[in-house]
Amino acid sequence: MYVAVKGGERAIDNAHEWLAEERRGDPAVPELSVTQIREQMKLAVNRVMAEGSLYDPDLAALAIKQSRGDLIEAIFLIRAYRTTLPRIGHSEPVDTGAMICDRRVSATFKDAPGGQVLGPTFDYTHRLLDFKLAAEGETPRAQEVDAERKETPRITEFLNRDGLIQEETPSDETPPDMTRAPMEYPANRALRLQALTRGDEGFVLGMAYSTQRGYGRNHPFVGELRIGKVPVEMEIAELGFSVEIGEIDLTECETVNQFAGSKTEPPQFTRGYGLVFGQTERKAISMALVDRSLRWEELGEDNVGAPAQDEEFVLSHSDNIQATGFLEHIKLPHYVDFQSELELVRRMRAEAQASYKEAAE
Amino acid sequence: MTEERPGVETDAYNFAYLDEQTKRMIRRAILKGVAIPGYQVPFASREMPMPYGWGTGGVQVTAACLTPEDRLKVIDQGADDTTNAVSIRKFFERTAGVETTEHTTEATVIQTRHRIPETPMTEDQILVYQVPIPEPLRFLEPRETETRKMHGLEEYGLMHVKLYEDIARHGEIATAYAYPVKVEGRYVMDPSPIPKFDNPRLESPALQLFGAGREQRIYAVPPYSKVVSLDFEDHPFDPSKADHPCALCGAENTYLDEVIMDDAGGRMFVCSDTDYCATRQAEGHRGAQSAPFTEAAE
Repeated sequence: MYVAVKGGERAIDNAHEWLAEERRGDPAVPELSVTQIREQMKLAVNRVMAEGSLYDPDLAALAIKQSRGDLIEAIFLIRAYRTTLPRIGHSEPVDTGAMICDRRVSATFKDAPGGQVLGPTFDYTHRLLDFKLAAEGETPRAQEVDAERKETPRITEFLNRDGLIQEETPSDETPPDMTRAPMEYPANRALRLQALTRGDEGFVLGMAYSTQRGYGRNHPFVGELRIGKVPVEMEIAELGFSVEIGEIDLTECETVNQFAGSKTEPPQFTRGYGLVFGQTERKAISMALVDRSLRWEELGEDNVGAPAQDEEFVLSHSDNIQATGFLEHIKLPHYVDFQSELELVRRMRAEAQASYKEAAE
Repeated sequence: MTEERPGVETDAYNFAYLDEQTKRMIRRAILKGVAIPGYQVPFASREMPMPYGWGTGGVQVTAACLTPEDRLKVIDQGADDTTNAVSIRKFFERTAGVETTEHTTEATVIQTRHRIPETPMTEDQILVYQVPIPEPLRFLEPRETETRKMHGLEEYGLMHVKLYEDIARHGEIATAYAYPVKVEGRYVMDPSPIPKFDNPRLESPALQLFGAGREQRIYAVPPYSKVVSLDFEDHPFDPSKADHPCALCGAENTYLDEVIMDDAGGRMFVCSDTDYCATRQAEGHRGAQSAPFTEAAE
């Protein structure tokens, strides 16, 4: 019989054992620790936290170890774990304006109050394999200076002062939570941003890239990209005031986009916004471009039918856990369906062949 | 709050994995589904520890229905021993500690993928379907915003045109599984990818619940609801199957799997419902090739 699929319980147990052995690799090589992954694979950890929608570097590192470095699998582990956590409340909105920046760059101004800070970036490295890294034992140390605590006001605010950029009006409305309510279209911007920040980095990047290449073109500059720490505060009901419960690393990107004006708006710059856990700047910039593209209606632009303008298309396909699950489910047995198709095709072929024969006679 | 259940292997998780708040949310969606037969109720589907597309909707519905006294059966393609059925059954053994069975008649809750059991179900049973794409109109109109409107306005012309075009092109309706039905004269519903052979058994004394996790939808066919497979007067619905008896138990009117025996075109047809087939064999029924059937020895 169909042993390949009907192998049952024993096959599954054996597969799991083999998987565990493969995960460990050659036992002569020292085992990777979760803390090593957390410290030395930090950008992978960041991606897993961002797309897993759970800020916990240790758990993310554990997930990466368990998934043998398959980041989508690691994100999946984090998401499934997240399901089991009760939602006890929500934090106050974080103030990214008060971020202690490790990195802060603006492409629209040469300099700005607070200064440009390059920070730990790959940007100007030459992508040459560093064979010295293959030899172990190096502990590089960078030069240090005492931090000078400077105000770093948002760069888009300078433009806003002159009315040159479209205003964002603050709102006290409680945003919806896409992990606790089914998705509904049209989605509001808060919901779109939630979906984008946990969306697959590759998908969001591809969508953003498509807008740059002309599918719903809106030419952006990075108004500001900042990466650093912000405190998280939460109001504790018993106390009646907010207390700081920790701090998190965030990447925030605001794009400044050209805008010719429309029937309802005078010519001015417009914004796209990206905010992602950890140092994840490719994702944050991509998110800002896609956010801007999805705002066509609100800003009175034309829908030119570009994929990145189509909210339902973008949001229904951005989640890599949904996508990978559905994609890979075609590995599951489908022989019942296939059998019914087989019979249908055989029947239709028999009928067609009979009618060819009739015609020939 | 989590309730501790002694004897359950993973005491870190609540009974049947999901927390009580989540189960309550799912039960509300189920009740709404029962109240409006065939209507797809949006629900806040959770990320489960198995992948989307592998039965997360069914698993959530089952988790919300299970009580500690229940006896669960899980089938995939009609079989209890397919890998994913084994995996889901294990999941509930582990997280709910409920009894499981392979016998349709003994089960109180049956989770299924792609089949309705051959043994008639009873009023005391719940059949939970895993659903990949709950929207019967999806392949005619990809937008959810549009299809919801079409259901609201009972605008099913597009579906009839599709079925008509099939007849014009192929001489018959070229849908062999996930064959659309109309429930209680109102909603057109996707019965999940069961072969159309199973469609007549959608009219059942059992409660039938459908869960689509990735698409965040639950729907229901309450007991004894009228379920009509879409057709035309001059092209009535035909629940066809392979024209053979089962080679193992000799059953004449069951859905059959075609099993390839060798590389020279040899094949046999056997019941896809393994419990039904095994029960018949135990009762002494024999098919043309009913040599004692054993899996490879250990």
